[in-house]
Amino acid sequence: MSFVEYGTQQFINALSIGSLYALMAIGLAMVFGILRLINFAHGDLMMVASYAALFMLIAGLPFPVVAALAVIVAALAGMLMERTAYRPIRGAPDVAMLLTSFAVTIILENSAVLTVGSRSRAFPVPEFLSTVYHFGNLTVASVNVVAIITTAILLVLLTLFVTRTDMGVSMRAAAEDLVAAQLMGININRVIAAAFAIGSALAGVAGLLWTAKVGKVDPFMGFFPVLKAFVAAVIGGFGTIPGAVAGGYVLGFLEISLQAILPGQWSAYRDALVFVILILVLLIRPNGILGAREREEI
Amino acid sequence: MLHVDNIEVFYGGIRALKGVSLTVQEGELVTLIGSNGAGKTTTLNAIAGLLRPKQGAIIYNGEPLHKLSPFQIVERGIALCPEGRRIFAGLTVDENLRMGAIQRRDRDGVERDREWVFSLFPVLKERLRQLGGTLSGGEQQMLAIGRALMSRPRLLLLDEPSLGLAPVLVQTIFDVLVQLKEQGSTILLVEQNAHLALEIADRGYVLETGRIILEDEAAKLRTNEQVAKSYLGG
Repeated sequence: MSFVEYGTQQFINALSIGSLYALMAIGLAMVFGILRLINFAHGDLMMVASYAALFMLIAGLPFPVVAALAVIVAALAGMLMERTAYRPIRGAPDVAMLLTSFAVTIILENSAVLTVGSRSRAFPVPEFLSTVYHFGNLTVASVNVVAIITTAILLVLLTLFVTRTDMGVSMRAAAEDLVAAQLMGININRVIAAAFAIGSALAGVAGLLWTAKVGKVDPFMGFFPVLKAFVAAVIGGFGTIPGAVAGGYVLGFLEISLQAILPGQWSAYRDALVFVILILVLLIRPNGILGAREREEI
Repeated sequence: MLHVDNIEVFYGGIRALKGVSLTVQEGELVTLIGSNGAGKTTTLNAIAGLLRPKQGAIIYNGEPLHKLSPFQIVERGIALCPEGRRIFAGLTVDENLRMGAIQRRDRDGVERDREWVFSLFPVLKERLRQLGGTLSGGEQQMLAIGRALMSRPRLLLLDEPSLGLAPVLVQTIFDVLVQLKEQGSTILLVEQNAHLALEIADRGYVLETGRIILEDEAAKLRTNEQVAKSYLGG
């Protein structure tokens, strides 16, 4: 395989994994931007969407319908999470909110263990997501292409939403200054519910793509992705959507580069090295790569 | 129009307002003066619904406000232009104004009011695409007032619009307040610059450590010995 081919191959891998981190990081950033809440349970929405999809596929529904419904289920789960767990403690100290999100994670993951079991289950990935294309020496998995394109489309839609619609601009305003947003007459309960719905829907999409990549689901599948998404969001400057997206892609490229560069026996330390780099980034730019300014925005 | 009736507001265990009452009639410009920490901002924040009074009532056109959320109070036609301006720094001037009109569905009316705000503060029109955070202090204050006006409030609450501004800008802002009054707006103005405030107001209240200690016509307060000594610098 030539260097160019190898490079192209890794570029696609990096873009694909970066897309998933970006999708996850957006939801974390949206919620943090408004509420200063680090929602660790965000990763479990991937799991919720994937199990919902699994059972609907077993029930015999066609995949496009299943995908759409699974994303809606994730959005509703996110809204339910906000309404039942986070709204009652709104305005509490950050630590209390963080601990609550751990509690939500534990409740969701254990409920999954109790209802569907802790063993991982094979996911019937549809053919268009499990084919591998060969171009000369180049092998490209269709799921990576789908992940890249889907994320690109969603990012365009999200950008239009936060710049063109009243709700989108209100969301940015609320992330800037929640009190001033209320004084404008913005119903912040609605804005917060919408932020959870959109962030959770994106987590649902990420969950389905992730599941299609690995071919199985389990109750704890959201744990590592949410950690990585958190890293991505922090790298980008926590609380901003552009930062989250940039951080997601930076993290994707970082991981794939390390994987390509590191000798075989070192590959187990890849994640550790990623966190070392995170610490370095934060030492040099405490507000993240896009967070040159002091304030938060989304 | 607005009756604040004996309200008490607490911050934790501290009683910031110890029974404040005031009235604003339709078309009036009423000012609330007093030194730092007297409770002026607290009074406005309670009217706008950001703080809940523990005692007393806030009645607006016969309806109690003190149980409503801030956005519902905006629905009733009250806008607060807050202390420190609090414009959205990462939103453009255009988007800031859009947020001011967020509850309105009358597109034509919103467009007319935008033009009206531009006629009051022409500089905002030149800065439309700029981020709010890049404006100068005076421009930010104009944006904050313009943004509050975009909801077409029947009652405008202004908190320290002159704070931190150069004298010439203060004059610009106060000229606009006079214009608003002449166009029939109802305004409750909180000011540390008692001199200016009493010059343009119809009536005034003097707040001291959480209590109203004086109320009168502005002209009479200007000549009141106690006010002159404590707040007019002589």
